[in-house]
Amino acid sequence: MHRFSSFRDFDWMLMGLVSLMSILSVLEIKSATLHTKFRGFDHKQIGFLLVGLVLMYLISMIDYHRLVDVAPWAYAIGLLLLVAVRLVGTRVSGGKRWINLGGGVHFQPSEWVKLILIVVMAWFFWGLAGRRLSWIDIAKSFALIGVPMVLVLVQPDLGTALTYLPILVAGLFLGGIRFKQVVVLLLGFALLIGGAWMSGKRLKPYQMARLTSFMDPGSDPRGTGYQIRQSLIAVGSGGLWGKGTNQGTQTQGDFLPIPYTDFIFAAFCEEHGFVGGVGILLLYFLILMRLIENAQQASDVPGAFIVMGVVAVLLFQIVVNIGMVVGLMPVTGIPLPLMSYGGSSILFTFLALGIVMNVRMRRFVN
Amino acid sequence: MALISKAERNIDRDEKVSPDKLHATQYIVVLLLAALASGMWRLQILGADSYRVLAEANRVRKEPVRAPRGKIFDREGRILVDNYPSVSCYLLREQVKDLNADIPMIARGLDLPVEQIQATMRRYASSPKYVSIPLKQDITQDEQAFIEAHRNELPELETFDEQRRLYPRDGFAAHLIGYVGELSAEDLNSSKYDFYQPGDVVGKSGVEEAYDEVLRGTDGSRDAIVDSHGKEVGQLGQQLAIPGKDLRLTIDLDIQRVAEQAMEGHNGALVAMDPHTGEILAMVSRPTYDPNQFSVRLTKDYWSQIVNDPDHPMMNKTIQAQLAPGSTFKIIMSLAGLQEGVAQSMRVMCNGGATFYGRFFACDQRHGMVDIDHAIPWSCDTFYYTLANKLGIDTIAKYATEVGLGQKTGIDLPDEAAGTMPSTAWKLKTQHDKWYAGETISVGIGQGAVQATPIQLARALSGIASGGVLKQPHVVFPDELPPDMASAIAESYQGSGDRVIPITPENWETITDAMAATLGPGGTGAAVHLEGIDFAGKTGTAEVVSHSAGAKSLGTGNERANAWFVGMAPRRNPDIVVAVLCEHGGWGATAAAPLAAQVINAFVTKQRKREGNLLRLTDASKPAASPAPNPNGVPTASVTPAAHPGAVNAPAVNQP
Repeated sequence: MHRFSSFRDFDWMLMGLVSLMSILSVLEIKSATLHTKFRGFDHKQIGFLLVGLVLMYLISMIDYHRLVDVAPWAYAIGLLLLVAVRLVGTRVSGGKRWINLGGGVHFQPSEWVKLILIVVMAWFFWGLAGRRLSWIDIAKSFALIGVPMVLVLVQPDLGTALTYLPILVAGLFLGGIRFKQVVVLLLGFALLIGGAWMSGKRLKPYQMARLTSFMDPGSDPRGTGYQIRQSLIAVGSGGLWGKGTNQGTQTQGDFLPIPYTDFIFAAFCEEHGFVGGVGILLLYFLILMRLIENAQQASDVPGAFIVMGVVAVLLFQIVVNIGMVVGLMPVTGIPLPLMSYGGSSILFTFLALGIVMNVRMRRFVN
Repeated sequence: MALISKAERNIDRDEKVSPDKLHATQYIVVLLLAALASGMWRLQILGADSYRVLAEANRVRKEPVRAPRGKIFDREGRILVDNYPSVSCYLLREQVKDLNADIPMIARGLDLPVEQIQATMRRYASSPKYVSIPLKQDITQDEQAFIEAHRNELPELETFDEQRRLYPRDGFAAHLIGYVGELSAEDLNSSKYDFYQPGDVVGKSGVEEAYDEVLRGTDGSRDAIVDSHGKEVGQLGQQLAIPGKDLRLTIDLDIQRVAEQAMEGHNGALVAMDPHTGEILAMVSRPTYDPNQFSVRLTKDYWSQIVNDPDHPMMNKTIQAQLAPGSTFKIIMSLAGLQEGVAQSMRVMCNGGATFYGRFFACDQRHGMVDIDHAIPWSCDTFYYTLANKLGIDTIAKYATEVGLGQKTGIDLPDEAAGTMPSTAWKLKTQHDKWYAGETISVGIGQGAVQATPIQLARALSGIASGGVLKQPHVVFPDELPPDMASAIAESYQGSGDRVIPITPENWETITDAMAATLGPGGTGAAVHLEGIDFAGKTGTAEVVSHSAGAKSLGTGNERANAWFVGMAPRRNPDIVVAVLCEHGGWGATAAAPLAAQVINAFVTKQRKREGNLLRLTDASKPAASPAPNPNGVPTASVTPAAHPGAVNAPAVNQP
């Protein structure tokens, strides 16, 4: 098992789709940073993409079963890393999310922990081996995901913490949670939220404003309301065909905030219109469908779980980010996979896809 | 750390995940992506137009391009008022930002009190958002640096290079020139400013106000493309500003200088005019103020200081001070008396006063037998009490009104006062009472209910001296204005205007010779006799408080009499008339007359120099034609009296 079965088995279609998205991403980042002090980020993105490709290749060489076997250890290391961030992390704009490794290299543990959690989740639910989930199982799964979530939440990084949730949801869903249990969970969740709201704790004010301002951008005109407003204007004014490459007035005029990460889709929509935006959605659709197909063809349970974990996270990020851009969801600082600039996001995505590739290539092995 | 026992694991490696569930996720994916697409549809297809408008609004900013205001020159083209470049700071309100949070920082950086910024913002609250608010004018380099350094945090601050008014120092000609200021909210309510915007700078007094339309030009505008920092990144279009027209005043800077110097230390007014045309040669009012303080934002302290000053520095006393003219009125009385044929044969015995209607009216001296030729130079009150009694108030009023008392002269400056000329009709109308004969007596010497302004007296007396040709005073040459402007000015400033009144040649001679004699030996103004100049005039000492004892008294302090003098040269068809008022100055002869003399002297000297130069030029070919030298070796003061009224003389005196 030290060699993948055959060259043919490498998922060229997925690679093709992913490469296409990556190219569009680089071009859009270039456009978005053209007149700003972040010029040259497109080159950095290319760098990240290349590293991502290498890592993807590397991880696809390792049998995923091995990864699953070492899941508990990986989990422990992950927790340690998160604690380390709290202790030795560099403070950037009010939060500690990075560890500086020197030489301009920053390491964001929360993204790697996402990967670890996918494997851990697969490991956990596989261990339950298809029996009905008991409340204890559910509780354990909550704890498993919840602990790292809290550690990330207090960095503070609400966005990334939220991306752990789909992993849990995917696990519970595929693990066979029953409808009744879902209802109970939702009620409990609602009570928790209500309680937290009353006590006024939990979320910092700006986080609270961020969550609610999407409903009324005018209420927080200086902060996130401004961001959403600008995003809507950018997207809306793009119309059917967009304003043309590098011609987006909102993007070029620096009205769209952080256009190369959180709002990259808005920049893209301004410049390429409804047609371009739907095109991107189509690409995502194809990629996700391809991934689900891999899950269906996976040789065993953990494989399928892993792939669906990846699907869940990617889908969650896509929906939340694009939803934010078009004003359907609050601003949460979650990057758009494969499009947003950012090393950690790229690396996570490519590693995740690498594992999926891994599962796919071993689907005929048992 | 075994969450699950080893026994429970590895149970069934062949088990697969439920395919139905996987199938379900496919549907979920489709649904979610479709929801996103619908969101996009709503924005980009349904809302494209409105968002495009918003996108434009984000980035296009309309900036005014201020038109430079016209400069102001004196009659010889010497600059009086100019513009200088200054940087102002404005607040833009189009950004989607909470500006209130920035106020403390702005206040610190621009050295402004927070309340002032808030008040300014409130003032502009109702005007459209694209109108930028002026925060501070004439900012220092430090403040400019602050704005530049904080471009990111405070994109709402913008600097504009503006032209600002530069007025002569120390209040030189301040009342004549006026000043400019921003339109206040109250100003905008009046129909006068219908076409103006808040923040517009307009003339607020003097020439700046009267000729504001000529001076201001038309502002242009510029559509600038900006990024979200408010930094300009391009330009869409622009409308050029039309600069204001320069203005040439009738003022002679040399004469004005002498007048300003002469009035230093006195409160009152001095106005010099060319009676042939009505052109104002000099205009001074004291105390004065510094209009440069008004160019930038006026401090509250300076304003209240000026406004509360009991001597009224803001008042242009040449046209606004309505005071009893005192003995200067006797010239008008003489006109009335002579034209009525009464004064020629009058002989009055002056024993220090006379009694009329049971009341004693004092004269300041015992003049003995007085006729009209001596009544003027001696300024005998008794003569004029008698004359007044003979004529009656309505006859007096008739002649006084003819020469312009009780009405505005129509000078092209704002807020001229009309003065008062009493009559029976006037008293009935204003006080609903009949006129008592006893009240006429004091009117005869320019006291009582009669009130005049310096410009009125200048025009009246010089008009009489010009044989009855009176001109409308003005400070700008009307034929240098665009015709519609000239007619607009004429309409706005109406008054007694240009007029010719009948005076017989004999009466004309009588009066003018008598005025010359006033400044000769025995006359009240003998002390200001000017060698070699045919200087004529009339002194006046107007009591401020009447004394019940019947004796004339100068009074002290604020009760001291106002000193008047109206002088001209030459005596007939004068080239210049100067009216001087020294508030609480005492005797007209000692306080006011010397000041007028200085001005007349300066004028004549300048006139001669110019004529002399011309003569030298034109007579270069001919032998110099000099008149017969005076046997005494002393140049005489006389000039050949003009043959007819209104003629323009050769220079006041022929140089030997």
